[in-house]
Amino acid sequence: MLDLRNDFPILRGTDVVYLDSAATAQRPACVIEAERVFNDTHNANPLRGLYAWSMEATDAYEHARQTVADFVGAKHAEEIVFTRNTTEGLNLIAYTWAMANLKPGDEVLVTVMEHHSNLLPWQLACERTGATLRFLECTRDGLFPEEAMRAAVTERTRLVCMGHVSNVYGRVNPVERMAELAHSVGALMVCDAAQSAPHIPLDVQKLGVDFLVFSGHKLCGPMGIGALWARLELLEAMPPFLRGGEMIEYVTRERATWAEVPHKFEAGTVNAAGAVGLEAAIHYLQAAGLDAVEAHVNALTDRALKAMQAMPHIHVIGSDRAEEHSGILTFTVDDVHPHDIAAILDSDKVCIRAGHHCAQPLMKHLGVGSTARASIYLYNNTEDVDRFLDSLSSLRSRMGYGE
Amino acid sequence: MENRSFYNEVLTEHNMRPDFKHDLPDANLVLEGVNPSCGDDIYLKLKVEDGTIVDGAFVGDGCAISQASADIMLGMIVGLPKDEALHLADCFIRMIKGTATEEEIEELDEAGALRDISHMPARVKCAVLGWHTLEEIFKDPAKARV
Repeated sequence: MLDLRNDFPILRGTDVVYLDSAATAQRPACVIEAERVFNDTHNANPLRGLYAWSMEATDAYEHARQTVADFVGAKHAEEIVFTRNTTEGLNLIAYTWAMANLKPGDEVLVTVMEHHSNLLPWQLACERTGATLRFLECTRDGLFPEEAMRAAVTERTRLVCMGHVSNVYGRVNPVERMAELAHSVGALMVCDAAQSAPHIPLDVQKLGVDFLVFSGHKLCGPMGIGALWARLELLEAMPPFLRGGEMIEYVTRERATWAEVPHKFEAGTVNAAGAVGLEAAIHYLQAAGLDAVEAHVNALTDRALKAMQAMPHIHVIGSDRAEEHSGILTFTVDDVHPHDIAAILDSDKVCIRAGHHCAQPLMKHLGVGSTARASIYLYNNTEDVDRFLDSLSSLRSRMGYGE
Repeated sequence: MENRSFYNEVLTEHNMRPDFKHDLPDANLVLEGVNPSCGDDIYLKLKVEDGTIVDGAFVGDGCAISQASADIMLGMIVGLPKDEALHLADCFIRMIKGTATEEEIEELDEAGALRDISHMPARVKCAVLGWHTLEEIFKDPAKARV
C-alpha cells in the first residue's frame, strides 16, 4: 500500500475523510510549490516578451506541453493544446472540427453513459449542422456488447464519442474497439479521458483515437488547466476555436491568418502557472507509479465493495469486481435519498458526491433519479474506508428505519 | 455532528410515515414543484372551497427534507383560509432564509423543527419546495386548476 497522505497539505492533521476524488483530486505540496516557483521567479506573459522572465515563462510553459505529450504518448509536443478542462476540450472539437465538417444526414454517435460535457457539445454541433445525434446504449452493469457497438456504427457515422472510464461505473470502456469500428466507416473517434487519466497509463497510439481530452485537477493538478490531444494533420486542418491575442500570424483590418498549431487554439493569455502545476502533478503520479496507484486504489475499493455487498439495503452500481471500478463506487440505499446520504456522511466528516453526477440520461436509463458516489484515490487509506463504512452502516437507523 | 440535529425525529417520522402523501382525486388545484438540481419532484394537490383549503395532499419523490417539509406543511394548512396559509408559507421561507422572528417561528409550530436547515445552504431548496409550490398555486390559480 502507498503512504502518500503527508504529501497533501489539506490532509495533514485533519479528520476529514475525502472520498470525492472523481469530482476533483487533492493537490500535493509539490504541485502547489511548482506554481509558487513559477509565480515567484519568472511570472510574465509567455510567448510574447523579449526579456528574460517572459522567455523563462515561455520555456516553462512549453516544457509542460512536452511532459503532457509524453504522458499521453503523443508523437509531437505540438499535438497538445492546453485548455481549461475536459469540457473546454470537448467544446473545442465541437465548435471547430464538428461544425466545419458535419452535414445534414451525418451521424454523431455518443454513449448513453457520457458525462454531460461529452454530450451537450454534440447536441449543439448537431443542432447547428443538421447532423443526427445517435446513442449507443449500455447494459445495466455498464457494458457495451460487441453486437451493440457494431450495430450503432453506420456508413453515415462521422464522429464517435466515448468516455474512457465512466464517472458513474468506473469501468474502462472498449475505446480501442470502438475506434476501430469508427475508422472502418471513415469516422473520427473522440475519447474523454477525464476519469481514466488519473488511474491508467494513456497511449493515444494504442487507443487509436483521433481526439483525447482530460483535466488536470482530477490527477492532482490545479483547477483551470487541461489538455486536448489530436494528430498534427487534424489540428492543422481545423479552424481556430476562440479568436484574439496570441493565436494569429497576420492581422489586417478585414481578416487574419492563424498562428501555427497549437497556438492557433490558445487564444489570449494562457494559464502558464497552471500548466507548470499540471506538469508537476504528472511527475508526481509517475514517481508514485500508476501501477502502484492502481493496486492501492483497487485494494481499498475491494475492502469497501465487499463490505457494501454484505450490508443490507445497499446497492452498488456496476461490476461486482473492485478492479473494474477505478476507485468509483456509485450506490443507492433503500428508502434514503442520496442527498440525505451525503448530509449524514458529512456530519461524520465523510465527503462523498450525491446527485445525478452530470449524467442524467444514464440515470434515466438505469431508472434511478440520483445516486451517491464514493471515489477513492492514491492518498486514501484503510481508515478512510472504514470510517465511510461505519457511517454507512448506521445511516438507515439514523434516518429512523429499523434493520 | 451539527447536522444530526436537523434529521430529528419530527423530520424522520414525517418522511417515513407521511400523513398527506397520497392521491387526492377531488383536488381542484394541482401544481408540480421541481428542484432540477437534486431531483426533488412533487405534485401538490389542494381542494379549495370559498377561499379555504378544505383538503390537501402530495405525491412525488425527493429527499427526506423535501418530503417531510411538504407533509408538515399540509398538516398545518388544511382547514385554513388561503391567506393564513400563505402567511405561514411566508414565515417558513423566511425562517429557512434566517430572517424570521422568534414569534413567527413559534407560529410555525411543528415546521419550526426544520429551522436548522437554514445552516445548510445546499438543502434550502429541498425544505421550501412544498411551501414554494403552495405560493405558486395561489399566485396563478388558473394554471393549477384541474
